[in-house]
Amino acid sequence: MTTPPFARERLLRVALPFLLFAFAVAIWEAAVRIEGIPPYVLPSPGLVLHTLVTDRVLLGQSLLVTLRTTLEGFLLAAAGGVGLAVLFNQSRFLEYSLYPYAVILQVTPVIAIAPLLLVYLQQPTAVLVCAWIVAFFPVLANTTLGLNSVDRNLADLYALYGAGPFALLWNLKLPSALPYILGGLRIAGGLSLVGAVAAEIAAGSAGAGSGLAYRIMESEYRLNIPRMFAALLLLSVAGIVIFYLLALASHLALRRWHESALAQER
Amino acid sequence: MALPSSSANHGGSLVALRGVGKTFANGVQALAGLDLGVRKGEFLSLLGPSGCGKSTALRIIAGLSAPTQGAVEWPARADLAPNGGRIGFVFQEPTLMPWTDVFNNVRLPLKLSRTPAQKAATRVEAALERVGLQNFGHAYPRELSGGMRMRVSIARALVTEPEILLMDEPFAALDEITRFKLNDDLLTMWQALRTTVVFVTHSVFESVYLSSRIAVMAARPGRIFTELAIEAPYPRDEEFRTSVEYAGFCRRASEALARAMAAGGKP
Repeated sequence: MTTPPFARERLLRVALPFLLFAFAVAIWEAAVRIEGIPPYVLPSPGLVLHTLVTDRVLLGQSLLVTLRTTLEGFLLAAAGGVGLAVLFNQSRFLEYSLYPYAVILQVTPVIAIAPLLLVYLQQPTAVLVCAWIVAFFPVLANTTLGLNSVDRNLADLYALYGAGPFALLWNLKLPSALPYILGGLRIAGGLSLVGAVAAEIAAGSAGAGSGLAYRIMESEYRLNIPRMFAALLLLSVAGIVIFYLLALASHLALRRWHESALAQER
Repeated sequence: MALPSSSANHGGSLVALRGVGKTFANGVQALAGLDLGVRKGEFLSLLGPSGCGKSTALRIIAGLSAPTQGAVEWPARADLAPNGGRIGFVFQEPTLMPWTDVFNNVRLPLKLSRTPAQKAATRVEAALERVGLQNFGHAYPRELSGGMRMRVSIARALVTEPEILLMDEPFAALDEITRFKLNDDLLTMWQALRTTVVFVTHSVFESVYLSSRIAVMAARPGRIFTELAIEAPYPRDEEFRTSVEYAGFCRRASEALARAMAAGGKP
């Protein structure tokens, strides 16, 4: 028996999820047709696609709103998470003072914080803050771990040559932490979408908003179930694209040196 | 050469440890009353069983660790004490930065001392050529063998043209063939550069082959037990490695090590 070549393994990895997906969709379509299920209970996949096309302007605008919040939340989370971790790494005083509060922000469910934020902040700002709150902690935690995982001998070497704190941070600590930071960003990308959606839902119930999550709520009230499915589909696709874009960025940044990104040769 | 009884008082010392003791925060006494003078231009090995504080002594010379008793003196030059690129250090592992290539790894000490890029590049090329890796500047550490990585590490230590090169069991993890080759190359570099080397090892054979002087250490607490001059001429080569003279020095070093181990405290 020979092991399958690398290319075939790769093909299987891509093809299998798609096959399973096609199979599930076929069953779904067949079930709706055979049983005659009305669209306001369960729309067929064909109808969902049709709705996606007919409502493309409305849904597209909502998608852009949600994506923009997600992207802004993600960028703020990346900057905030890495920035705070670097500050904590430089000053034990700051770390001890602030870290517990970062944990509190993380463990309090964002859906519970969102209504409070909506009281004090403009709606777009509140949504953005929610996306940030959910997404920044994994970046902070991972970056902190990375900055503390510097090879001790390398740190000694820098000390031997009289490296200052900035040179140490820029040339040694941040590159050492890069794989951890990228891991944190991969989690943060998905979470900022979650945060944006959670906040939109909270805001939507207060009667404002135009993001995809708001469309889902609105469609529910109007019993426009096909549009609900279409919006949900867009959200999922957005999440998948975000995940793979970040995975690709991580791979490109690490492929020359880090174990996680090296092609396996056996 | 004078009989090496207590070298700490020699006038020609580049660096001298006087009554150095080191007790770690957890109460472990790594070194006590250690006297050692390192003479300019010599190849000195610290030979001893594991846990005798050889590495700690080396780190104290480098200024990476502070003694809890005694003092480290640099008689010739007050400002030689740590930093300034006058000390080169080679660790047990190659200790390279995996995210950048060989050239930038070797350039690191020059970068940290803000040497102009052009001048730095020339010196990096020279250092790489010295270790026989002139064509590997763009390779990443993971693409090299263990022996080649150690060569990069040595090139990095030499790139500042240090007055003293401190080596902490640098070849312990390498296979014997690679180790012999690196031993020979290290001797060639030492002679060409006329630098001073302090070499930590637990191998009797390696220490005799390389050194002009061996300081045998005893453990618990770590101290210099005795010193041994290896008065065989350089250059040394395969002929020396298989000579009766070499075997004789090895026997004497082994005996000294055995006595040092008997004298050391129980673990």
